[in-house]
Amino acid sequence: MRPVRLALPALLALLALLAVLALLAPSFFAPDNLRDVVISNALVQIIAVGMTMVILTGQVDVAVGATAGVCAVLSATLAREGVPPVLAAMVATLAGGSIGLVSGVLVARLRLPSIVVTLALLVILRDGLRWATDGAWVGDLPVSFQWFGLGQGGGQTLLIGLTVAVIVAGAWFLRTTPLGRAVYATGSDAESAQLLGLRPDRVVMASFAACGLLTGLAAALNASRFAEVPGAITAGIEMKVIAAVVVGGTSITGGRGSIGGTVIGVALLGTIGTGLTFLGVSAYWERALQGAIILAAILYETVRRRRA
Amino acid sequence: MGENGAGKSTLVRILTGATSPDGGTVVIGGHTVERFAPLEARRLGVVAIHQHPALFPDLSVAENLALGAEPGGVFARVDWPARRARAREALARVGADIDVDRDASSLSLPEQQLVEMARALSVRARLLILDEPTASLTPREVDRLFDLLKDLRASGVAVIYISHRLEELPRLADRVTVLRDGRTVATEAMAAVDAPSLITLMVGREVASVFPKREVAIGVPVLEVEGLSSREAGVSDISLIVGRGEIVGLAGLVGAGRTELARVLFGLAARDSGSVRVAGREIHPRSPEQAIAAGIAYLPEDRRRHGVVLDLPVSSNLTLASLALVSRHGLLDRAAERATATRLVDALSVKTASLDTPVRQLSGGNQQKVALGRWLVRTPDLLILDEPTQGVDVGAKAEIHRLVGDLAARGMGVLLISSELLEVMGMSDRILVMRHGRLVAEFNRATSDAESVMAAAFGRAPAA
Repeated sequence: MRPVRLALPALLALLALLAVLALLAPSFFAPDNLRDVVISNALVQIIAVGMTMVILTGQVDVAVGATAGVCAVLSATLAREGVPPVLAAMVATLAGGSIGLVSGVLVARLRLPSIVVTLALLVILRDGLRWATDGAWVGDLPVSFQWFGLGQGGGQTLLIGLTVAVIVAGAWFLRTTPLGRAVYATGSDAESAQLLGLRPDRVVMASFAACGLLTGLAAALNASRFAEVPGAITAGIEMKVIAAVVVGGTSITGGRGSIGGTVIGVALLGTIGTGLTFLGVSAYWERALQGAIILAAILYETVRRRRA
Repeated sequence: MGENGAGKSTLVRILTGATSPDGGTVVIGGHTVERFAPLEARRLGVVAIHQHPALFPDLSVAENLALGAEPGGVFARVDWPARRARAREALARVGADIDVDRDASSLSLPEQQLVEMARALSVRARLLILDEPTASLTPREVDRLFDLLKDLRASGVAVIYISHRLEELPRLADRVTVLRDGRTVATEAMAAVDAPSLITLMVGREVASVFPKREVAIGVPVLEVEGLSSREAGVSDISLIVGRGEIVGLAGLVGAGRTELARVLFGLAARDSGSVRVAGREIHPRSPEQAIAAGIAYLPEDRRRHGVVLDLPVSSNLTLASLALVSRHGLLDRAAERATATRLVDALSVKTASLDTPVRQLSGGNQQKVALGRWLVRTPDLLILDEPTQGVDVGAKAEIHRLVGDLAARGMGVLLISSELLEVMGMSDRILVMRHGRLVAEFNRATSDAESVMAAAFGRAPAA
């Protein structure tokens, strides 16, 4: 549980990338551009905080992209039907939490592998949504939907503020609550944790529920950026989220990692896309480079573990 | 023969090439073994049947028997009728009537053992090693096995037969070797020794005074168990009492039901009947959480897997079972946690680089001190210790013994499960012996002697 050391390679890579950008494309650091980078990564960042908790318990949730799609469409549809946008966002958040709780119960109580449970849920949610909306975007939204009626400046400030709040709250939760400690114990060794009187099944359920809540929140916030909300925009985002968590030094087998590392992971993967454009490299390289980074992160973890 | 932990299985592992020796030589059929590897052992004709069968659960019996035994490369066509016929023949040889198309996972334990045996015997062996093969066989199957082994012996195969059943050996063995503490203590002609002298050889030295037993006044009962039975755990009709400050030793062979009894008391296995009272209150724990709340602490047998959380630092490991005690208003109080951990590390003289060192990096003895020390935070009524010094070096062992004595002196009742006879006898006020899931004998500290305890564990009348 030395978060700094676990996230060190990602931090060094991020600093190296920033150094290259500072030398070759200083315009990357223009305030407007930095804000755009932060905002376009807020969705991934908020979900990644929840995903960190799930992965720390030794599980994984691949349904977050599909869950976010459902929550975004739910929030927009409610707003279109006249529900105040803030309330609609809250309902979407709770809906995400409920979906997460369902996964958590199936995983913890029935002892099903989380990758299978959440993969099944992913397909159900994604294709259920496609069936319900016919793939159409949710339009005819009230003016107050976009940026919660705060205007672009206010809305962006709100988005950034909430993202920071989620990061701080997540880190605080893991560090200073008994449940947070139980998350680490469960992921490190569920059987030992149980023998010490902890409840690993409840810990797993709680972490899935938390991840679902944050996914719902992120989806509703993200949807408010648009005048029309597509259901498919978040499909596939789970890969980026999981990658960010792992690159940030959280062990894919659970028990070790931190929110701080995840923030670094999101920053690294999120900077590469825009950074490449600024460096004049084809954006098609983004995915390949992200894949290479993930592979490097897992190699680093494995080698370290063998040596220990 | 030998007690639990005497080194029998390690010896088998060396002979089969699973472990390399540090020194010495092994000569098999005139060849000095130079490379200790499973394939090399097999080439020399060494075949072992282990206590726990290792079959591939999703393959059929015929496929399991064919593995490694059929000629042909990766792309050779499988001759199914021949494969089935060979499997049936191999099974018939051990007298087993098992459908060769069944999946191995559907076999009962004795059936698995018979298949394992058939597999071993279908290979041309020069040296056959059997590690407690009869543990789950019926008397008829044992007879059959013995006939088979005698046939093999007649055909020139050497047999090493490891068993805890004293009555079996005279029927089969020519010579018997007794191991103790990893050394050979005697090799005798079978006809020249009787059961009591074998037990004496296994026990060896007298109970030395290396276990400084503290005299503690024994108080009111903290644990009262009456007529406890559990089909799930395989224990029946257990009645026992542990008083405050008392250390009660639980002796017996591996598989006698001691750990299983502990699991029932700790809420890990269901109880069918009987009552359990802790500190006078009737309890029905259904989980460790409830057992801990009722005042029971349990130090499990397999320390590396269950005793400590290896990735967590020393401090968290010490407080993990008592998070409520180092919290204020439901939040962890890091200062209180560090203070508690510091106090314990000092009191237990745990050798660790820092409180933040993952427990994985500590030695076995220090890991065990951490596992034991966490129960000093919350002082349970009853402490169940399951093999607390297994795999721990001598120095740490003495410290753990001292610590257990201190805990008893503070008024805890201690139930001590140990396969090390000298430890049980040296530490305990009373010794209970389990065999086949039942309590079969009780000894007082003053009146116990190693031979009698061992004889009870083996199910023999003590030597006159």
